[in-house]
Amino acid sequence: MTTLAPALRVPAARLTGLRARPGTVLALGFVVLVVVAAVAPGVLTDRSPTAIDFGNALAAPSWSHPFGTDEVGRDLLTRVIHGSRLSLGIGLGATALAMSIAIVLGFTAALAGGIIDTAITRVLEVAFAFPALLLALLLIAIFGPSATTQVFAVGIGSAPGYARMVRGQVLNVRQAGYVEAAAALGHGRWTVLRRHLFPNAMRPLVAVVTLGVGQSIVWASSLAFLGLGIAPPNPEWGALLDAGRLYITTSWWLEILPGLVIVLFAISVTTLGRTLQRRLEGASR
Amino acid sequence: MSVDTDRTRTTATAAAAPLPVAPEESAAPVPLLEVEGLRVSFAGKEVVKGISFTAHAGRCLAIVGESGSGKSVTARTLVGLTGPGAEVEADRLELGPHDLTTLGERQWRRIRGKQVGFVLQDALVSLDQLRKVGHEVAEPLAVHGIGDRRSRAARAIELLRAVGVPEPEVRAAQRPYELSGGLRQRALIASAIALDPPLVIADEPTTALDVTVGAQVLDLLAASKARGTSIILISHDLAVVARLADDVAVMQGGVLVEHGPVEQILRAPQHPYTQALLDAVPSEHTRGTRLVRPADGEEKPARTRRPVDRGRPLIEARHLVKAFRGPDGKDREVVRDVSFEVFGGETLGIVGESGSGKTTTARIALALTAPTSGEVLLRGEPWSGLSPRQRRPERSRIGVVYQDPLSSFDPRWSVARILADALSRGPNPPGNGREARARSRALLEQVGLGAEHLNAAPLRLSGGQRQRVAIARALAPEPDLIVCDEPVSALDVSVQAQVLDLLTDLQDELGVTYLFISHDLGVIHHMCDRILVMKDGEVVESGTADEVFERPRHPYTRQLLTALPRLEVAR
Repeated sequence: MTTLAPALRVPAARLTGLRARPGTVLALGFVVLVVVAAVAPGVLTDRSPTAIDFGNALAAPSWSHPFGTDEVGRDLLTRVIHGSRLSLGIGLGATALAMSIAIVLGFTAALAGGIIDTAITRVLEVAFAFPALLLALLLIAIFGPSATTQVFAVGIGSAPGYARMVRGQVLNVRQAGYVEAAAALGHGRWTVLRRHLFPNAMRPLVAVVTLGVGQSIVWASSLAFLGLGIAPPNPEWGALLDAGRLYITTSWWLEILPGLVIVLFAISVTTLGRTLQRRLEGASR
Repeated sequence: MSVDTDRTRTTATAAAAPLPVAPEESAAPVPLLEVEGLRVSFAGKEVVKGISFTAHAGRCLAIVGESGSGKSVTARTLVGLTGPGAEVEADRLELGPHDLTTLGERQWRRIRGKQVGFVLQDALVSLDQLRKVGHEVAEPLAVHGIGDRRSRAARAIELLRAVGVPEPEVRAAQRPYELSGGLRQRALIASAIALDPPLVIADEPTTALDVTVGAQVLDLLAASKARGTSIILISHDLAVVARLADDVAVMQGGVLVEHGPVEQILRAPQHPYTQALLDAVPSEHTRGTRLVRPADGEEKPARTRRPVDRGRPLIEARHLVKAFRGPDGKDREVVRDVSFEVFGGETLGIVGESGSGKTTTARIALALTAPTSGEVLLRGEPWSGLSPRQRRPERSRIGVVYQDPLSSFDPRWSVARILADALSRGPNPPGNGREARARSRALLEQVGLGAEHLNAAPLRLSGGQRQRVAIARALAPEPDLIVCDEPVSALDVSVQAQVLDLLTDLQDELGVTYLFISHDLGVIHHMCDRILVMKDGEVVESGTADEVFERPRHPYTRQLLTALPRLEVAR
């Protein structure tokens, strides 16, 4: 067997990361903004997201209402800012749930092997083929629309994809020389799993997870848009889209501006995820 | 078409260029290839710094050097494949009537294959995996528009037969991954000589091959040379060079430090680098001495061995058998009835070619794989028979050093963490972080590395430094035995010499016992007290190093020794 020549391993181009790319800086800025909005919306706006002002209903974007107002005169920007907590929460929650399921199934399949591996892999393939929207509808039909249901619907829907990745990674890392070297030093199975297998198998997935948060938010928003999300008047990005649907012909800002925020956030998270991925790949060789 | 059209139509085998006749011993022959002041740089960094040499028909010029010397870049430049971003300059670069400095890619394509054949080290990546071997071999014919599909197919089979491929009809219809390494390398040579080019450039043609297969490949190149082909051999292996070359150019850091006839270079090297390279080659002559000559000393110091304890064996293998289930559902025995014992303080070598079962034997000794039958005893106590739980605390008594140290280190770990982890498995683990660091520093010093490497990531270390860290890790838990599985096979000859010296020094100082696995007979003879020769899973011969090497009884051992390229130098 030939081994990779050291010259082929790319040690440079690692720390060229953040500073060099303006796109990454912008993306990071936007994500930070959304996180601030989620944690402390008061910092960005002193208006109430539920303050009704019928005299100013469906006002077009202006200096006092940069995103315009909705059908009962609530300031849309304020609602978007206050909605980021729920949206971000759903995105993170769904990804965390998906990853947890994926880690359990992926590691079990890869390490147990044999019949268990075959069984889990088959189940994952079936789940993969099952339309995620149908699954979401099923869950919502059973549990009713709520943020928690959204988290479960999106989380369970995206778990099979991650599980397959985790399984592949574990199978790969298990072959590594350092896993055998650790066994030869007399470390127990759990120690090897905890110290070597888990971190090295999961490392390339960190970036994938970041990408997943953006995807989950888009997913959850689509569910909300279909009226399957949380009930009004709670602001949530997808719910805002749903509420604005009725006025789309007359008040474009109700759809376009929250939609833009969702798209920008998804793009920003994806950009960060890709940057992270490149850097991790550089480091793991 | 090019000026060569008239000749290409005659026969595919005819030499394509107006060749200078094979040189008579007396007259100064016209060189086939003339290189003067060749410079190659990548991104402003000069890697070949103005070298000059000539190649003659019917002779072999070897360019010898270690990794980074610029020898492979030189080879690739001679076929117009220096690579993207390379700047090539030369006062003169002429192949017969062709001025190579002025060629564009189109013209290069006419030259390649017909005027220059190129044989690369790794035939697996050089052959297209998805195409049949026959098509790959006949590729140069197709590129130059010679013959039709049928005649080319026939010629491919003829060529494969000429390079000693058994059943060429069958092989031609197979794909490269279905062939063994040796067959692939031969197919590559067949392709390189398909148009009988006057010049063949062979870049490390035998490095990836077993000794016996490598010898056949060298014979093939020698036969080609006897027919009047000029060969430029690129190699790090002086023994290979000794077998084929007429002239040798020694390259270091992009310059030729010494250049001359092979006898002169190998017997009376003038340049200190050449001398060091020759010194570094392990063989029966270097046994019992260090390989690296001290800066001031004339003689290489002899080893001061500790006495070997011939009482109870430290480790004993009894009738080991290991079978794996093949894809056809049948069991295939990769280790068959292997028995050996290793006494405290000695080195037992296991030598064999790929697939001989030597690595599996080592893994059984390490209890990383269980034997199908038979057993391993450690200090007379059961070892392979223990349950994993019983064995775990005892594992630190056997250390291991692998061929590729980098892959045996967790990529996230620093040298300090690697060593601290290994120390923690020993009989007296360090009590705190400070003690661990102090002892790690001492370990590094023991293997000849400075404390500044403690916080380094292995990725940032050189190949030799990595192997030193791997040895330090193996030493950390104070093992009785260290299993070395091809520990120097990936290293340059001078680095290999340093690592081998380190291993012997440690044995002299600490009385460590080695089970030393290698395919390299020179390394084995240099290192080992006793030797097992393995073939197809069986031990075909065993005995002391001198018995086995000087009076081999088994035909396979004899075959290995005949195949082994040697530096027959009276030094």
